[in-house]
Amino acid sequence: MTSISANDDRTVSPPVGIIQPAWVRVVHWINAVAMIVMIMSGWQIYNASPLFDFTFSRSITLGGWLAGALLWHFAAMWLLVVNGLVYLVLGLATGRFRRKLWPITPSGVAADAKAALTGKLSHDDLSRYNQVQKLLYAAIILVGIVVVLSGLSIWKPVQFQWLTAVFGGYDFARYVHFTCMALIVAFLVVHVALALLVPKSLRAMVAGR
Amino acid sequence: MRRLRSLLIPGVDKRLLVKDAAKLLPDPARRRFIAGGASLGALTLLTGCDVSDSFSAEKLLVQISKFNDKVQAAIFNPNTLAPTYTEADITRPFPFNGYYSEDEAPDLDGEDYTFEVRGLVDNKKSWTLDELYKLPEVTQITRHVCVEGWSAIGSWSGTPLRDFLKLVGADTRAKYCWFQCADVDGYNSPLDMATALHPQTQMTFKFDGEILPRKYGYPMKIRVPTKLGFKNPKYVVSMEVTNDYKGGYWEDQGYNSFSGI
Ligand code: HEM
Repeated sequence: MTSISANDDRTVSPPVGIIQPAWVRVVHWINAVAMIVMIMSGWQIYNASPLFDFTFSRSITLGGWLAGALLWHFAAMWLLVVNGLVYLVLGLATGRFRRKLWPITPSGVAADAKAALTGKLSHDDLSRYNQVQKLLYAAIILVGIVVVLSGLSIWKPVQFQWLTAVFGGYDFARYVHFTCMALIVAFLVVHVALALLVPKSLRAMVAGR
Repeated sequence: MRRLRSLLIPGVDKRLLVKDAAKLLPDPARRRFIAGGASLGALTLLTGCDVSDSFSAEKLLVQISKFNDKVQAAIFNPNTLAPTYTEADITRPFPFNGYYSEDEAPDLDGEDYTFEVRGLVDNKKSWTLDELYKLPEVTQITRHVCVEGWSAIGSWSGTPLRDFLKLVGADTRAKYCWFQCADVDGYNSPLDMATALHPQTQMTFKFDGEILPRKYGYPMKIRVPTKLGFKNPKYVVSMEVTNDYKGGYWEDQGYNSFSGI
């Protein structure tokens, strides 16, 4: 058995020069596709019985009508969940989460946020996430878990009624699910904007280095 | 990029694929799915490849939906009861829902009404409403969950379907109870036998303690608290116990057939 030490970066880091290992890149892009399909079909499903005073324009939804959107949603969910589980298992097993996303401290986040806003944040070492990145990534992983669980709870409010109860009952769970979607979309906007601002990070997520 | 494109677009005649997918569906659905192509366009923009053509999205999605039927049948626990509520929780007014308006809803005459029982049953006699009303009555207050996402709590009274199936000597190893309704368009829906035998699945004659009003399916509704609303047929006129999958009004248009909750 090989031992993996979280403290010694070199033993666990991928080959020199590789910023994002292949498995992270593959899982990340599959996730991006699955998320976008889930979000766009979800908007069409939402339109069938809106929770708020607005609906989503059909030009940005997927599926055409309710049944089509449900087909997309309940197909892409497999991709999202299986891929998400692979990410969580590998992230924990390889120590990636511990190394890359930990520790997060309030003072660190404040300092890096200030540096970012004043244009002083360094992007020289892309293999290390700054404190704001760590916080956002850790948070969005949690939101990803909650969106799946709340989704399960409104899909199976009888079979998984304990889960539905955890989310405050069927009607409330719909709001939880919607809120998670909104958070993911908000994250996505910021995340994509930043990736485009620091193109070499995007290159690393595509080509590895 | 070329390699990616060739992965996404197998060497199959695009027009043939589209024709294939359309054949899977009845006419009204075909129209709706094609209308759906408009918003598939958004994904086309995002991915730079034409999703609807390249891998016959509909065909694949229908396949996955069938897989989801099996997964849901495995998740379905015959002993798990839908949560029940109190009188105070009942949604008033309980929403009317249908693909027709309230005054276009089927208007059946209770005097002439008969409930026909067909297929794999010992006793194929038809039942009058008086005879049905004499069956033992239970009342349940449960949540009706619509495929659209809204839900409402109602009180339904009638006889457990599983007792009726026993009474008529149905072969409960058969796969489906297939219900036919009196709607103009011939609404129908298949119910898998495991769900038909669930203790809360009910032949319903009353809503909120009153004879089922026209808008809620007079004279008989099948109330299935473990299924989405569209699998709870109203204005039911016949039941066939069968091993064949005979499709259903919404099921044929793309809604997942099992649709358990
Ligand atoms: C909703 C969909 C998305 C989610 C939930 C998501 C989430 C994440 C997460 C959690 C990470 C950290 C991964 C790790 O280090 O283990 C990450 C990294 C990254 N993502 Fe995304 N992502 C999404 C879509 C996108 C899109 C569309 C782009 C393209 C612009 C993108 C570009 C990147 C880049 C460049 C990184 C590298 C990290 C960095 O150096 O900042 N992501 N993403």
